Amino acid sequence: MKAIITLIPLLPLFGFVVTLIFGKRLFGKRADVLAVAVVTVAWVLSMYVFYHVFTHREDALQVQLFGWIGSGSLHVTWGYYVDTLTAVMLLVVGTIGMLVHYYSIGYMRGDEGYYRFFAYLNLFMFAMFTLILANNYLLMFLGWEGVGLCSYLLIAFWFRKKSASQAGKKAFLVNRIGDFGFTLAMFLLILSVNTLQFTGVFAQVGSIGNTTLLAICLLLFMGAIGKSAQFPLHVWLPDAMEGPTPVSALIHAATMVNAGVYMVARSYPLFIHSHAAMLVVMSIGAFTAIYAALIALTQNDIKRVIAYSTVSSLGFMFMALGAGAWAAGIFYLLAHGFFKGLLFLASGSVIHAMSGEQDMRLMGGLRKKLPLTFWTMLTGAVAMAGIFPLSGFWAKDEIIGGAFRAGYYWVWVVGIVTAFVTAIYMGRLIFLTFWGENRAAAEVQHHIHESPKVMTVPLVLLAIPAAVLGMIVGLPPDGGWIHRFLEPVFFRVESEPFSWIGSGGLLMLVSLAVVLLGVYAAYVMYIRSRELPAELSKSFPWAYRASFNKFYMDEFYEVSVIRPVIDGANWLWTFFDVKAIDGSVNGLAWLWDRFARLIRPLQTGRVQNYAFAIFSGMFVLVIVLRWIWGS
Amino acid sequence: MSAIDWYLVLATLLFCIGAFGVLARRNLILIVMSLELMLNAVNIALVAFSNFVPGVAGKGPIFALFVITIAAAEVTIGLAIVIANYRNRRSLQADSFDELKG
Repeated sequence: MKAIITLIPLLPLFGFVVTLIFGKRLFGKRADVLAVAVVTVAWVLSMYVFYHVFTHREDALQVQLFGWIGSGSLHVTWGYYVDTLTAVMLLVVGTIGMLVHYYSIGYMRGDEGYYRFFAYLNLFMFAMFTLILANNYLLMFLGWEGVGLCSYLLIAFWFRKKSASQAGKKAFLVNRIGDFGFTLAMFLLILSVNTLQFTGVFAQVGSIGNTTLLAICLLLFMGAIGKSAQFPLHVWLPDAMEGPTPVSALIHAATMVNAGVYMVARSYPLFIHSHAAMLVVMSIGAFTAIYAALIALTQNDIKRVIAYSTVSSLGFMFMALGAGAWAAGIFYLLAHGFFKGLLFLASGSVIHAMSGEQDMRLMGGLRKKLPLTFWTMLTGAVAMAGIFPLSGFWAKDEIIGGAFRAGYYWVWVVGIVTAFVTAIYMGRLIFLTFWGENRAAAEVQHHIHESPKVMTVPLVLLAIPAAVLGMIVGLPPDGGWIHRFLEPVFFRVESEPFSWIGSGGLLMLVSLAVVLLGVYAAYVMYIRSRELPAELSKSFPWAYRASFNKFYMDEFYEVSVIRPVIDGANWLWTFFDVKAIDGSVNGLAWLWDRFARLIRPLQTGRVQNYAFAIFSGMFVLVIVLRWIWGS
Repeated sequence: MSAIDWYLVLATLLFCIGAFGVLARRNLILIVMSLELMLNAVNIALVAFSNFVPGVAGKGPIFALFVITIAAAEVTIGLAIVIANYRNRRSLQADSFDELKG
């Protein structure tokens, strides 16, 4: 078992090294073979580990490979820790990672950086596996930074495109802010419990002071905010859509952005001891959920709509964790991984068919031409919107219902409103893309074609869990398989069993009704009377503009952070560096120059002058010495 | 005036004459000669001390011998430099060698 767990991250690392260095020479146009092969094997091994955990869910697997860092009494090992939570992540990361690899064979075919792309994907898989398998915070951080690096490399994959390289830098920099919090949290942990191993930290939670614990939790959550694109550090994720679509599906929807959620869930023993931290997590999550959903309403780029829906979904997950519905949050993570990965891959298929066009206003009527893409994307969208009985419905409902039962009624209201908005923009996306007549240029229309099998098969394979996963693992609500599976990780709080007839069923009906209303609204606006959206935006221009401009968050950062930094740097450059630093150096040189000119005539070049100086000096010296010593 | 003073007065006089020659003369040969005068003035003082001061009895002549030896070597080199300079400049005036100035 030890060897198998060790191999899971090691295989993609091997694939990365070989593909990057020898990929082009060794495999030529098929630079994908090794990369895809190692990930497939890693998937098989992950499934084996998952099965093992499935059958022995009570005892976590622990693998200690070697001591990594030893400093004084602090020891950090390189080791893996696999419990049921890790197993769920392995399932998501392994499966979607593998499918995205296969999909990329079709999507990236012919790209000049083909081998580079697969090398980066492999590196990403290594980092992500390390992140979820780590048995201590530092190793997790290594994976955390690794996925961040890959995210940067892959967003800026088409680095000749200015916007892509800008977006990559933006993602990298914004994430640094969160990572700063993560490192501070680790320092605090070292200070207070002198270990970073999960088991060690969690065993000593009681000995951490309340304030310190709150600080640790909030700093950890700061890291999660950055990685999982929560308000106010969400700005990088929509821009990250500049990367190739498989990257958006893998990194920015299904796996990496979940790392923050996973980290908070992993730190469950810390967070449950800090009520205030949980409240912060829930509030930020709830706010982000509705905030991002409102932005998604008016975006025109198909990938940006899905990106904002991801931000919103991640908000849902944090909302669940903060409200204490831990298993529900992970359930949503699991379901979301599949349906969001599916949505992105399907949108990639659409973009592929539209010759690279991403603007939904120029799409339409693709239902007939891309039947497979249409049906799979519809599945993903319905799951995302949360319509019975697809996976999103059960997961979302547990979160909203969980908040209601925990007494956070305002969170329930936020959740319901978000669900309504989500239904509208998901409906809008589907209706604009697949219904009506095609609005693209004739030439583009001519080229519309269904994607190759290597792309559509992963779509179908993702559509199946997106559709039925909820019914398999989430039934009955609040007590489904996923809850029992995660029991060893999240101690189960005894509550009343779910009642279909009572409040549980009622809540479910309410949320379903709201969602259907949302879909109907989208239908009215984008199919029946298409002039309605334009009229609405005319009647509420401020609301439309605020949403369309993402509530001016980028502009806010531009004014509050970027401008001052650039102006400050300019001032430092043109004034401080030129005037003060260079000035003082040059001034000193000038001073010495003047002084030297003054004493230059002393050096006459005549030996006898020097001899005279020596003699007179000697004379003076003798006189002085005589005067000092007396007679 | 005790006995040693006469020797020291002589040494001082000789030294001052030599120093004056080194500083005031412009002819290189004469400067070298004046240098010798100064060295010998010191030799006289050394020998005198050796003779009259109990603590250093017998040590002065040794120093004097060293000074004479080194002076011989120094004169050799000094005259060689003077001749080399003369070949370059056709001049023995110390003032004409002043290229090394600021």
